Amino acid sequence: MEPFRKLDAAAAALPVENIDTDQIIPARFMRAQRSTDHGQFLFHDMRRGPDGELRADFPLNQPDLARAGILIADTNFGCGSSREAAVYALSDAGIRCVIAPSFGDIFYSNATKNGLLPIVLDRETVRAVWRTLEVANSARIEVDLDAQTVHLPDGTTHRFDIDPFKKRCLLEGLDDIDLTLQHSEEILAREQAEAAVRPWAGTIG
Amino acid sequence: MHEPSTLFEKIWSRHAILDREDGTTLLSIDRHLCHEGSFHAFDKLKAQGRKVRRPDLTVAIADHYVSTDAPEIGNQDPSRREVIERLTANAAEMDVRLYGVGAPEQGIVHVVGPEQGITLPGLLLVCGDSHTATHGALGCLAFGIGASEVAHVLATQTLWQKKPKTLRVTIDGPLGFGVSAKDLILHLISVIGANGATGHMIEYAGSTIRDMSVEGRMTVCNMSIEAGGRAGLIAPDEKTFAYLKDRRYAPKGGDWERAVADWRSLATDPGARFDRDVSIQAGDIAPSLTWGTSPEEAMAITGRIPDPAREADPSRRVALETTLAYMGLTPGTALTDVPVDRVFIGSCTNARIEDLRAAAAVAKGRAAKVTAIVVPGSTPIKLQAEAEGLDRIFIEAGFEWRATGCSMCVGMNGDLTPAGKRCASTSNRNFKGRQGPGSRTHLMSPAMAAAAAVTGRLADVRDLLGKS
Ligand code: SF4
Repeated sequence: MEPFRKLDAAAAALPVENIDTDQIIPARFMRAQRSTDHGQFLFHDMRRGPDGELRADFPLNQPDLARAGILIADTNFGCGSSREAAVYALSDAGIRCVIAPSFGDIFYSNATKNGLLPIVLDRETVRAVWRTLEVANSARIEVDLDAQTVHLPDGTTHRFDIDPFKKRCLLEGLDDIDLTLQHSEEILAREQAEAAVRPWAGTIG
Repeated sequence: MHEPSTLFEKIWSRHAILDREDGTTLLSIDRHLCHEGSFHAFDKLKAQGRKVRRPDLTVAIADHYVSTDAPEIGNQDPSRREVIERLTANAAEMDVRLYGVGAPEQGIVHVVGPEQGITLPGLLLVCGDSHTATHGALGCLAFGIGASEVAHVLATQTLWQKKPKTLRVTIDGPLGFGVSAKDLILHLISVIGANGATGHMIEYAGSTIRDMSVEGRMTVCNMSIEAGGRAGLIAPDEKTFAYLKDRRYAPKGGDWERAVADWRSLATDPGARFDRDVSIQAGDIAPSLTWGTSPEEAMAITGRIPDPAREADPSRRVALETTLAYMGLTPGTALTDVPVDRVFIGSCTNARIEDLRAAAAVAKGRAAKVTAIVVPGSTPIKLQAEAEGLDRIFIEAGFEWRATGCSMCVGMNGDLTPAGKRCASTSNRNFKGRQGPGSRTHLMSPAMAAAAAVTGRLADVRDLLGKS
């Protein structure tokens, strides 16, 4: 995956709670293979009116936000279905970072495996960013993953938490399968030990 | 003397291969269930030239894309058939057991696992689907993962995980007349919120859970994710063992005795610590349903649509207005005055035999006033229901009796609620557009959904039970 180190990008606000992954990409688009541009499906039904026309009031439809690289979302962003295509849709549309007061657990994990950085900031800070964005529509935000800081348009800098392993994978663009396979001996040893104690666990049938 | 530990910790530590200093654990996976959506993971594996490490512990099941009114593979819509056939091809190439379209075991992945005895207490099971928590009803630690993690499990039969926090939900007392497991979980989510259990593993405990059937427990655990929970677990007991005994892949003979002895040791020890505790009185729960577009927007059927004017927080007021506009609901309306257009009885939440019996008991001798479909959770359940005559009851009442699949739980297999139409549904998500673009979903129990079908509106099932 593409490494994530620093990002300086325009930010768009999406101040709606509980944006589930069905909103991020509706189920009917999920048969697309990864090589398909998933950006065209992003927020498909939220950003369009009943006749399929793009709604002027949806943030990412505004011309100066169409190139936004950072989304400032609300509580429980990415809840619901485990579909990783939600992350593909964001990434393919050019979003590399989502900032929110909280995330669905599976979405959070999926994001970090695809070079998309999820950042948790407290709701007051997030609200302050929305307010800034209301006046200055395309304000920029700077993210430094190594330093674990976000520099907001109002001049404040905030630290965020991230698990060190996820951070390393993001910084280096690592695929964790190779790292895991370095532990093949331990994996095998555990399987054999378990099979001796609980034979039913290691077999179906 | 050991520190007292929880059911969750016992299963977790059994599967821990190694702990990294950053607090992440490499877990060994006992069972991996795949479905059509797993193609991204298979593609990734193939692109990297890897093989499935333990095909013998991997099971592929067709459910999400399968048509329920023309189930034969030749009758499937071509674009969906293509996705189903990707699963068939991947299973064949990787030597993975497949329950494809037409297989006698086929059904919804979370129904098939327990039914075939693939799911067992004390195991660690994963699936690329957020409702994997269903299997926790048997005391099996089970959670949903994304496509990259599915690829990781296929390649290594392990997963790196940070230990979640633990939340114990204790429910005590008998459930009231007409109140089911579905009402219990909807009530719980409305109390703790759609992110009330985020980052947590939930253990359900208390007399209500002990007295509940294994099938009801599956309904409860299934919706753990709707409260944000990573997994839901219930300690295995005599009911669990009776449910599993003689299932196709349950241990047999001497292994069965040894397994049951092992499973008895899994319960949470007295004095074990949870990060959080929530208590619910079963007597406070009425037949419930959702009225909005988040599972936390649930209330008793005796309630009224909330009024945005009474919401003090301006952003929440706008959110509520948006929700009501989407749902086509007027503030202050009694729920029982809301007409419905469709009824869906199915999904991994509520399509097991008990669910079908509960719905049939309400449908019996009555007539559906709107289009209502009944979709059994698996082919064995369909056959059992037919042997019990439930299909006749539904058909005579004007319900459609379908083949198994995810159906209208998720708008990707042809079963849809049209835009602007209102569906009384036994599934698990009332998200905008979940049942098709513009669809309006009210989640409820099978008996409540059947009551909606025969009255043509949201209805209090208690008014129909015992009368016909
Ligand atoms: S029935 Fe619905 S929730 Fe269950 S596995 Fe199928 S799509 Fe997912």
